[in-house]
Formats: sequence, C-alpha cells, structure tokens
Amino acid sequence: MLRFLLNRLVQIVILLVIVSLIGFFILNLIPGGPLAQYALDPGMTADDMERLKEQLGLNRPIWVQYLDWAWRLVQGDWGHSFRDGASVLDVIARHVPATLLLMGSSTVIAIGIGTWVGIRGATHRYSTFDNVATIAAMVALSIPTFWFGLVGIYIFSLQLGWLPAGNMYSVGDQSVLDYLHHLIMPSIVLALVHIAIWSRYMRTATLDVMNQDFVKTARAKGLSERRILMKHIVGNALLPMITLAGMQLPALLTGALVTETVFTWPGMGRLFLDSVSYGDYPVVMGLLMFSAVLVIFGNLLADIAVAIVDPRIRLS
Amino acid sequence: MSAQTITTPPPERNEPMTAVAAPEQQARWWESRTARKFANHRLALLGLAMITILTLACFLGPVFLSHDPLWIDLGVRFTPPLTDGFLFGTDPLGRDMLARLLMAGSVSLLVAFSAMFMSTLLGTFVGLVAGYRGGWIGAALMRMVDGFLAFPSIFLLLALAAALKPTPTMVTIIIAITGWMEVARIVEAEVRSLREREFVQAGRMLGLGNWHIMVREILPNAMGPIIVAATLTVARAILLEAYISFLGYGIQPPLPSWGNMLGGAQQYLATAPWLAIIPGVAITIAVTSFNFVGDGLRDALDVRDDKA
Repeated sequence: MLRFLLNRLVQIVILLVIVSLIGFFILNLIPGGPLAQYALDPGMTADDMERLKEQLGLNRPIWVQYLDWAWRLVQGDWGHSFRDGASVLDVIARHVPATLLLMGSSTVIAIGIGTWVGIRGATHRYSTFDNVATIAAMVALSIPTFWFGLVGIYIFSLQLGWLPAGNMYSVGDQSVLDYLHHLIMPSIVLALVHIAIWSRYMRTATLDVMNQDFVKTARAKGLSERRILMKHIVGNALLPMITLAGMQLPALLTGALVTETVFTWPGMGRLFLDSVSYGDYPVVMGLLMFSAVLVIFGNLLADIAVAIVDPRIRLS
Repeated sequence: MSAQTITTPPPERNEPMTAVAAPEQQARWWESRTARKFANHRLALLGLAMITILTLACFLGPVFLSHDPLWIDLGVRFTPPLTDGFLFGTDPLGRDMLARLLMAGSVSLLVAFSAMFMSTLLGTFVGLVAGYRGGWIGAALMRMVDGFLAFPSIFLLLALAAALKPTPTMVTIIIAITGWMEVARIVEAEVRSLREREFVQAGRMLGLGNWHIMVREILPNAMGPIIVAATLTVARAILLEAYISFLGYGIQPPLPSWGNMLGGAQQYLATAPWLAIIPGVAITIAVTSFNFVGDGLRDALDVRDDKA
C-alpha cells in the first residue's frame, strides 16, 4: 500500500508541474499577458506600462518568471484580485462550498437513480425498461445542460411557481428548508447527464459480474436470487464505479459551472464568469489552477478508495 | 423495434485494444459485415437521416425561404410561432426565427465539424508520435494529455475565448484545443500495441521511413476507434459552441449560432419562451443524432466502449 501511495504521489507531482506549465502558458499566450486588463485603461501611458512590467518582473526571461510564479503558487501566494485587491485564495475559498454542495447533491441523485436503472437494465436485459433507458440515456447526454436549466425554470418557476428560478437562498429566510428548496432544481439539472452515464456503466458492470463464476457458485449453493444480486453482484459491480466517479469529476465540475451560470448559484462557475468578464486575470488563473488541482486530487482519492476496497489493484 | 438493434452489447473488459482491428484481420471496416451491422442499428440510421436532413435544411433551406435571417423589423417583434407567416415566430428584433435557426445551424455545424477535424488531426498526430516514439518523448506527450484533461474544459474554453478575439475561426480553434486529448489517447494505445508487431518490423526491414510506417501501416488499424471518437467529438463541439456563444464569448452577433440565439432568451423566458425552446430543441436533435451515429459506429466497428 505504501509503495502504491508513493508511486501515485510521484505521478501527481509530475502532473501538477505539467498543469502549472499549461496554465502559465495560457496566461502568457493572452495578448498583453498578465497586464491585459491595464493595457485597455486609457489612463495608462506606454511609459507606465513599461514601469509596471519592470515592477512585476515581466521583462525577465520567461523561465525565471515561471519559476517565480510557480514558487509563489506553492507557497499559497496566488496573487490579488484586480477587482477588490482581495487574496485570490480567499476569494476562491468563499465560492467553493456552494459548488461542492451542488456537486455533492447531484452525485447523490445520480448514483441513486443511475445505480437502480443500471442494475434493473442488466437484470432485465432487452426488456422495454432497458430499451427505453438506453435511448433516454443517450438523449439525456445530448441535452445542453444550460438549456435544460432554462426549460426547468420555465416550467417549474414561471409556469407552476413551485421552485425558485435562481440563487441559493431567499433574502431574509435562510433556513435549511429554504436552502433545500433552492437546491432541488440545479442539482437535478446537473444530475441528468450523470444519471445517464452512471446507469450505462452500472449496467455494463453488472452484466460483467453476472457472468462470473462466483455468481454461479452462489446460485449453486442455493442462495436466493435477491441475496445473490444484493450481496454478490451489486457489491462487485460498484467497484469500478469508484474509479468512474473519479473520472467523471472534470465533467461534474464543468457541469456545475454551467448550471451555476443559469441559476445564479454563487459558486466557482459564477465567480469564473464574473472574473472573465471583468478581465480579473489573477482570479481566472487561480480558478483554472484550483480546479485542475481539485480534479487531480479527486482522482487520487478515487484511486486510493479503490485500492483500499480491492486488494487486486494495490498488489499488481 | 427488435431488441438487439438498439442495445449496446456490454464491452468486453480486459480485452486489449488490438482486438478491435488486429492486422491479421486486415481492418477493412467498410466491408459488408460492418455496413450490415450499422444498417441494423436503427437509432444510428435515424441519427444519420436526421443529420442529413438537418445539414441540407441549414445549408440549402435559406434559398427557399422568403425571410432574411438578418432583416430587422421592429414592427413584428415577439411574434409567436405560427402567426403571420412566421412558422417559428420572431425574435426581439423582429427577425424570422426559422430563417435564423437555419443560418445559425449552418454556422454551428460548420464550427463543430471544423473543430472535429482539427482536434482529430491534432490528437492523431500527438498519439502517433507518442506511441511510435515511446520513451521519454512519448511519456512527456501523454503526461501533457493528462494535464489538459485535468482542466474542466469549460474553464479552459472560457479563459481562452475571453482573452482572444472570438472570430468564428478562433472559436473553432479554441474548441479543438480543448478536445483533442481523447483521440490522442486512443491512437497512442493502438500504436504502442502495434509497434513491435511483425508487419511493422517487416516494414522497417524494407527500409520504409518512420512516417510511412506510422501513417500507412499502423494508422489504418486505428481508424475504427478514431472514427467513433470523431463522431462523438462533433456532438461535444456543438454543445461547447452553444454554451460559450450562449454566454457571449463564442460566435458574435449579428452572425447567429444556435448558442447565441439562446443568449438573450433567458430574460424573455416568461413572455417569449419560444426564443429559448426552439434553438435548444435544434441543438438537442443535432447532438442526439451524432451520439446515435457514434453508438452505431461503435457497435459496427467493434470498438470497445471506452467513453470514460
């Protein structure tokens, strides 16, 4: 286990270096570089720009700049927002919980429904249920998340008036119920795609396990079908799903950002969009790096979880 | 509808990718067995038909329409669908929604197809080099693929789109930049597994150049998975273009795209819901069709289900 962990850690450090290189490259690819926002300011003369470049060390060799930037990143100095001068890490930290809440509730919905649909599809293979689920999953994967959100708002907020059209809570009423009330629609909208993915993979995994010898053995021992399904099949079919959950993390994060913009949900996606439109590059860069790190560590967690549950992985 | 035609058989796990198109089978994917399998896949055929109709309608349809998609007439703004000769109604500037939808479709489809070509070429190139060279070059390239995959694509897309001038060409390039990694992985795995096979060594002994071996001898064996991935990439590109244009960072007005038609729709949701519903349905139909075709191709070409 220790060797497995060390191995993964080395890989992750390498990946982090590469991710930082890509991030730095993008920042400097932008015309005007990190000063793009100030270059647009009519109050800035060419002399001022030169002085600023000198001040920020932008006239040093590019690799020195990279090392300097990366070193400060490691130390937790991610720069300051152009908007209000607040520390980038603080700004991000304020917006992370909302995004994680949305992602978490959607994952619960997706796993719950997706697992059930997948198992039922596998045990009732080629039944009407299975066929409808297959087509529905494909359509669900094709619906643009933001548009699905708009349709949801139109039906449930504007026509029926059941659910709020946006925001995380109503002003003056911040009870748990109020939060939940606001959470329902965005998390279902975000979950849709993941229910589809989860059910497809769960179906495949269940079919895989159903044909294994130990299932035949269990059946030969005279165990009830229900017990075989619950204890022997589902448990083993869920194993690859842990890895899937890790792999789906970038998609889930992307989906959360999209959903946030439609529902004015005060998370990282909303922050990213606001920062992009303001030209607040320190925050844009910070979010870019932060989300990549989040994804990398999410995958690491999934790997470790699988290794703990499944000895075959860590021993090979 | 018979059951077998619409259901993906479970992918065989732990099966090496070479099983897809081992050289001894000579992967002639256009031969009848594949064609027959595709023809039996009803949803794929439906998808293909819808793509054809949609493409013809978008590129040829405007010729037959009496309305100019860019003609502004404030006198008829917010006309609901099916009134006064406007089949799909009009938008906030009184422009005909049907004409705009078709023109937007041609823009969106063109961007999506071009982005698919670019990202498939880039991915194939990176995958070929990484797989064939191997060693530290291969490792470095594949780690770069991992690095790109770690960023949520929307973040990367928006950061680039906001910083660069969003001409249609630039939007296409940006979408391609965020979508080449999967093809690179597929090609790399395929090439790596075939690199030491006899037919490749024979090629080397005959004195064929590296590029000849890579492109002419190895690459044809990876065509199946590449075609499937390319089809699904079109679907993905349509969605991405729609989203960044919806946010105002993609295709810029007055040029319409399915995404930027949805741009202003949210604020008129209560009074003019058709503004939001019509382009969204068009996107969904287009993306679903490409996904159906991709699924059918995956079955027909015996490509392992490797979406994750």
